[in-house]
Amino acid sequence: MPVPENLTYTSEHEWLLIDGDTATVGITNYAADQLGDVVFVELPEVDDAMIAGAVVGEIESTKSVGELLAPANGSILESNRAVAESPELVNSDPFGAGWLVRVRLDAAPEGLLSAAEYDALVGE
Amino acid sequence: MTQERFAERHIGTDAPSQYTMLATLGYASVDDLVRAAVPRAIHLENFRARGGSPLPPAATETEALAELRELAARNTVRRSMIGLGYYGTVTPAVITRNVLENPSWYTAYTPYQPEISQGRLEALLNFQTMVTDLTGLGTANASMLDEGTAVVEAMLLARRASPVKTPVFIVDTDALPQTKALLAARAEPLGITVLERDLAAIADTGAAELPEAFGVFVQYPAASGRVWNPASVIAAVREARGIAVVAADLLALTLMTSPGELGADVAVGTSQRFGVPLGFGGPHAGYLAVRAGLERQMPGRLVGVSVDADGNPAYRLTLQVREQHIRREKATSNICTAQVLLAVMASMYAVYHGPTGLRRIAERVAASTAALAAALTAAGVEVVHSAVFDTLQVRVPGRASAIVTAAHEAGINLWPISGDVVQLSVDETTTAEELARVAVCFGVSGGIVGVPGEWPLPPGLARTSAYLTHPVFNTHHSETAMMRYLKRLADKDYALDRGMIPLGSCTMKLNAASEMEAVTWPEFAALHPFAPESDVAGSLELITQLERWLTELTGYDTVSLQPNAGSQGELAGLLAIRGYHRANGAADRTVCLIPSSAHGTNAASAVLAGMRVVVVACDAAGNVDLDDLRAKITQHAATLAALMITYPSTHGVYEHEVVAITEAVHEAGGQVYVDGANLNALLGYARFGDFGGDVSHLNLHKTFCIPHGGGGPGVGPVAAKAHLAPFLPGHPLAQRNAHPARTADGGAGMIEHGGTPVSAAPFGSPSILPISWAYIRMMGEAGLVEATGAAVLAANYIAARLRDHYPVLYTGDAGLVAHECILDLRPLKEATGITVDDVAKRLIDYGFHAPTMSFPVAGTLMVEPTESEDLAELDRFIEAMISIRAEADAVAAGAFPADDNPLVAAPHTAHALIAGEWSHAYTREQAAYPVPTIVRNKYWVPVRRIDQAYGDRNLFCSCPPPEAFA
Repeated sequence: MPVPENLTYTSEHEWLLIDGDTATVGITNYAADQLGDVVFVELPEVDDAMIAGAVVGEIESTKSVGELLAPANGSILESNRAVAESPELVNSDPFGAGWLVRVRLDAAPEGLLSAAEYDALVGE
Repeated sequence: MTQERFAERHIGTDAPSQYTMLATLGYASVDDLVRAAVPRAIHLENFRARGGSPLPPAATETEALAELRELAARNTVRRSMIGLGYYGTVTPAVITRNVLENPSWYTAYTPYQPEISQGRLEALLNFQTMVTDLTGLGTANASMLDEGTAVVEAMLLARRASPVKTPVFIVDTDALPQTKALLAARAEPLGITVLERDLAAIADTGAAELPEAFGVFVQYPAASGRVWNPASVIAAVREARGIAVVAADLLALTLMTSPGELGADVAVGTSQRFGVPLGFGGPHAGYLAVRAGLERQMPGRLVGVSVDADGNPAYRLTLQVREQHIRREKATSNICTAQVLLAVMASMYAVYHGPTGLRRIAERVAASTAALAAALTAAGVEVVHSAVFDTLQVRVPGRASAIVTAAHEAGINLWPISGDVVQLSVDETTTAEELARVAVCFGVSGGIVGVPGEWPLPPGLARTSAYLTHPVFNTHHSETAMMRYLKRLADKDYALDRGMIPLGSCTMKLNAASEMEAVTWPEFAALHPFAPESDVAGSLELITQLERWLTELTGYDTVSLQPNAGSQGELAGLLAIRGYHRANGAADRTVCLIPSSAHGTNAASAVLAGMRVVVVACDAAGNVDLDDLRAKITQHAATLAALMITYPSTHGVYEHEVVAITEAVHEAGGQVYVDGANLNALLGYARFGDFGGDVSHLNLHKTFCIPHGGGGPGVGPVAAKAHLAPFLPGHPLAQRNAHPARTADGGAGMIEHGGTPVSAAPFGSPSILPISWAYIRMMGEAGLVEATGAAVLAANYIAARLRDHYPVLYTGDAGLVAHECILDLRPLKEATGITVDDVAKRLIDYGFHAPTMSFPVAGTLMVEPTESEDLAELDRFIEAMISIRAEADAVAAGAFPADDNPLVAAPHTAHALIAGEWSHAYTREQAAYPVPTIVRNKYWVPVRRIDQAYGDRNLFCSCPPPEAFA
């Protein structure tokens, strides 16, 4: 299934909804499928600093663990409490209610992919 | 027992069967087959004449047992009052006979297939409930390798969990000496500073002034026997956001305030004195419990409750993502093998005695101790601490040695603390007569009888909270009830006494009854690990012989049997490499190269040895990518510490280029660690030490027949070349640290193992070493060669017969596999939608334990039949796999709907087949009796497929209330 057109993507299977110098970040349906049933999500604290490429969170399934990587330098504005309570949202609605963090971006993230480019990456 | 050749009992396939199998493969003999599979460059005879081994020729079962009797007779069992974490205990005979000596319990594997492991999972849940109740904490695992290493794991947990960045861990002065040695040894490579402080004195002053630290460790009661209240120290540590770790005696906790109630974050210890024999040091189950909020930081295996496909409660291992097989170098710990069989015994001791019985035992111990203290004090002999549970320090200026000697002559071992102080511990087995005999050694005569309830406990530490209130601890108190409970649990499980367990990389071979025989002999079982050398001469001789044989079989120079599991062997080996580099002034050699195919434990162990993991790629054929290896070696030439390589590889293949690999590492100044997990494919044909290994660990619970016990015990000896001997595990309390060694001229000498300990006891788990001793003694070199051949033949036979139905992922020389083969189920999923899980669960309906799932490659099954299965069982497995392939094809062809077929609905319980209307697209017969051979031999699984995600999302790790099963 093609990914939403209105988002941008990273080669690490994260999506971003960029709005000025802030962005909402989650993992793609492909990443969620690869992980399997997500059972626990560990997200950063508000105001935590983030460094591009560094691990800011973890997404655990029953048999694997995925890392949430910071898309750029910046800081954490909000972590999705609903996902912490109901980690299965990452599987059921990865592009919507399963979002993970809202961040402030110090600079525009580099190397982002369009929806078409991301689809090509995962072979859609 | 028989007078025949044991090898013919151990090996499942007889000559006519092997002839049939060889015909399938096109080889004239087993030897031809193995020689074609094993690369010529590493064949044993390049290095040593075949048959030229110093191993004694094979003994019959009768002869081997007679020799073991002679060794046993050289031990002298005295009443141990040494204590120090190891206490006399009475193993209820109903537990010895129905658990320890029962193959339904001891031949099972780790419960990774939970549907067919409900019995031991329940027993382990009982263990966890017992520990959480007694420690007053939220969640306990099942289990740790021993108390000393459990404290180490707690220290590492504290470092992860505490926000305090200062790498300092505070240890109370009055902690067990072996624990302090382990903490020091394990802290150093990780950059942790261990500070010793007299915490009882600090608590007394009320100041609770402590240096900044991420954690603190208190022994409760203290090693000296003293009982003091650590609550103020714990509060001070927690106030400073450090983690408080308490090692607590489970028996004492039936009378004393629990660590949880004192505010501790973590409690650790051993369950040995709950009915598990001393065994000269092990094996015993350690425990670790944490308060709420620290669950995800726990090391080791954790049993939790989930639900099955019908919504019924069912048990499974939970939060497995913490573990090293998934998280690799980021895991919470490197431990994998636990001490399941011993944890089951300890839990059943609690089930059998119940809270009232345990409390009665503890009261008797405390009262006896108090009575002895009173008698000594009354006679003018100074007892150092007045507030104690079971241990006394007695001040006898200048006379300690004489008193210990007198007691030894009177049949009792005491512990000299110094020339002036003797320490002794009372336990469940201590009699009034023994107390009187001990008193006489101190010059005090007269009867000593404890009065239950009369013992001095510091104010505020008397236990008021209830424990073990669950019905399971209050029901099975008659022997009939206990026997039936154990039978009921065992009946739920699939162990080797039902059929083949073809788990790749696990080597589920025969654990012969004659090999098990000596484990329970008191001459081996009733020895304290720190007993005087003269008392344990027979055990030391057995250890010496076993070390010599293993040295010879692996081509190394010396062996340490101290590590309690393969993971600990890895750690010991890597620590030896680290020590070697540092001694040579190369402390910056810290890079450990690990192939991407390696077991996750390798990476986790490397990190704990202070190394940095660099992953080496594998090529399309599953072998180490030589170009990538060379590139990584060049890149890290100055900092290369070691390469860890498994041989044959985790892909079940004899890598052709192994010599080129080891040479490249040596040329760059690195050391080669050969992981011996797959030694069963090599024994007698090639030796790690001959083709470039500097150090290896072996798994005695794989290759050398120690039973898996449902997930432990294990023994993971580390074998090394002589240059690493000074860095192999030593022990501060060992009877001796000199070990047999092959000298430069091939002769037999001795060499000192001068490194730091990796286990609490000097020789790890000696009480199960007679198993491996007996195996080697009864097989002889020729028998071991035949076993290797039969194992390789069986794996290749399965590969050949199943290849047309499931592709064999990797092969080596001549298109052959080693002792296991990987069946690729990804094309099946692509074609039919049927997953590796579906096949694994469907195998249960056919009466099989699934092969290893999705390791080392996701979406595959790795099959290791071992040499012990006969041709009929191999063919039965092949028939099941072919039949399952046909079922999957029927799904693809539309004969069954994708969501209603015998595979996705597997496994089928009897209840699922008879309850209500049958409205599925396949028949009940197809569900339960897919092949006619199982009609009269059906294994009925007790639960349906277990929901993994539910259990992880709804963490529940103690016994569910009985209503849950209504």
